[in-house]
Amino acid sequence: MFRFLRQQPRRSDSAKAAKERLQILLAHDRSDRARDDLLPLLQRDILEVVKRHMRVDSDAVEIKLQRGDDMSSLEINIEVPDAQSRQAG
Amino acid sequence: MAKTIVVTSGKGGVGKTTSTAAIGAGLAKRGHKTVVIDFDVGLRNLDLIMGCERRVVFDLINVIQGDAKLKQALVKDRRLDTLSVLPTSQTRDKDALTPEGVEKVLGELKEEFDYIICDSPAGIERGAHLAMYYADEAIVVTNPEVSSVRDSDRVLGLLNSKTWRAEKGDGDPVKAHLLLTRYDTDRVAKGEMMPIDDVLEILAIPLLGIIPESTTVLRASNVGMPVVMDEKSNAGRAYEDAVSRLIGEQIEMRIPPEERPSLLRRFLGRGA
Repeated sequence: MFRFLRQQPRRSDSAKAAKERLQILLAHDRSDRARDDLLPLLQRDILEVVKRHMRVDSDAVEIKLQRGDDMSSLEINIEVPDAQSRQAG
Repeated sequence: MAKTIVVTSGKGGVGKTTSTAAIGAGLAKRGHKTVVIDFDVGLRNLDLIMGCERRVVFDLINVIQGDAKLKQALVKDRRLDTLSVLPTSQTRDKDALTPEGVEKVLGELKEEFDYIICDSPAGIERGAHLAMYYADEAIVVTNPEVSSVRDSDRVLGLLNSKTWRAEKGDGDPVKAHLLLTRYDTDRVAKGEMMPIDDVLEILAIPLLGIIPESTTVLRASNVGMPVVMDEKSNAGRAYEDAVSRLIGEQIEMRIPPEERPSLLRRFLGRGA
């Protein structure tokens, strides 16, 4: 019944949607790429510094970078061996 | 001083090979000694688009592996004596392409040619990586469509990090140009396709040219003729403009209209 109406030429705004989606997506893509480049270097350097002062495993450092609209956070977890295992080792 | 230019995009089917052939032929028409190289090992097509597929004897991989001399592998264009094609292998696998081999071949070509145009395969794997690695400039071929723009952005990231110029790190990066292809002014006017300015705003690199969606591109590829050799083609004229800008001429940005069949012929065509 409405087919006739639908066939009327109509300005579509899908191009605008394309631009908006791309702008959001690429902001994420770009920060992901920057993070992927940064984190392994950061992990290596932090581990190096910690190792100077205590014995830790090479995979004992866990780094998470979270980017939000208002706030971004860098979370670093270092697993330190307890006193007993230190003595044992 | 020879210039090495990669034609790349990330996404497939956006017009890399068509653009390589057109820009290579456009440079050669102006008297610049030009060679176009196919980096798409295993899916060779540049020879077909250039119309020299029956004269291919040796290829890039033969030269890299020392089975043929570079001179034996270069196919001279029969229409333009300043233009040559270096085809790739259809049968080998892409691992046959080595960084040392590519560097050596490019080095030899630089002694003989003014422009070396590298036709990158789609994707971001070995072939694409090596096609861009030694480039001085890049032509990033993009369609006004979301996946193509996203892939172009990714490729721009790689040009800025995974190339010889980027690794050298002396502030002389690969110069990237945007070539917008398959652009349809009617669809842009209807709001169905992103306009030039939107794509430029997103990718933020200088615009080399706008190639309109055109029936003449398929016609040229059917007969193995770079589209700039078709004087009547609107896409060909747009590529000519892009070539002018590539060699530093100031040319106003324009989109040549397609020569459309008359209304009556369109009507009759539809009725048949």
